[in-house]
Amino acid sequence: MNADIKVAKELNLRNLPCPMPVVKISKAVKEIAVGEVVMAITTDPGALSDFPAWAKSSGHEILATEASGEETKFYVKRLK
Amino acid sequence: MESEMESELAAQVADLRSRLEALEQNAPGNKLSMVVFSGDLDKALAAFIIATGAAAMGMEVMMFFTFWGTPLLRDPEAKALGKDLMGTMFGAMLPRGAARAKLSKMHFGGLGTAMMRGLMKQKNVASLDQLIALAAEMDVKICICDLSMSLMGFAREEMINYPDLKYCGVATFLEAAQGSKIQLFL
Repeated sequence: MNADIKVAKELNLRNLPCPMPVVKISKAVKEIAVGEVVMAITTDPGALSDFPAWAKSSGHEILATEASGEETKFYVKRLK
Repeated sequence: MESEMESELAAQVADLRSRLEALEQNAPGNKLSMVVFSGDLDKALAAFIIATGAAAMGMEVMMFFTFWGTPLLRDPEAKALGKDLMGTMFGAMLPRGAARAKLSKMHFGGLGTAMMRGLMKQKNVASLDQLIALAAEMDVKICICDLSMSLMGFAREEMINYPDLKYCGVATFLEAAQGSKIQLFL
């Protein structure tokens, strides 16, 4: 269950459109330790494809994705 | 007999190894090189969204501003004196910085551009000025074409204070482009 994931940092990206979601997650990931998780909440439809693309390109992992209505939660683990 | 085969094999491996090393050294880096030729608001927005997005993905980004892209980097507050007639005319006719850029289509004498800016603000989209500041924060490198500067009569004092701003020629862009995975012309 996603409630079991220990979150080191919460990132509120509501109402921020492109390119801000990936810009902010790339910064946030640098502020946590390797192995820790950032939970980002976004309302940007583009982020649904952008987050996986960003994760693949920068070498981090998306542990889980939770969609509820207009909001999507991404649990991003810093791998390096 | 066997030692002949062995030495031939060893020679082939050595050859492959040196070719592989050469390839690895020449492989394009995780870089994006972009020419910003257009001065239109919409194209400039796309340029900076791509540049900051690429920087967010961990790429090294270089933007080369030339021709109509050059005036986008003018500082609206800065004044440059001592221009000749052509320089003064260009200075007056070309937009004084990013905030004055126009849409490439549907500008409608200013109405279209104003509506677009309003729409962007309403939807929380970063303005061109904000995107330029973001690019600076994210270490995006900018090089301005010297030729365009001299053709349009712009002085370096007129341009914005962008960190590590450089002036260069085409070979500088091409060298960066050769070593980049992505090359774009906007």
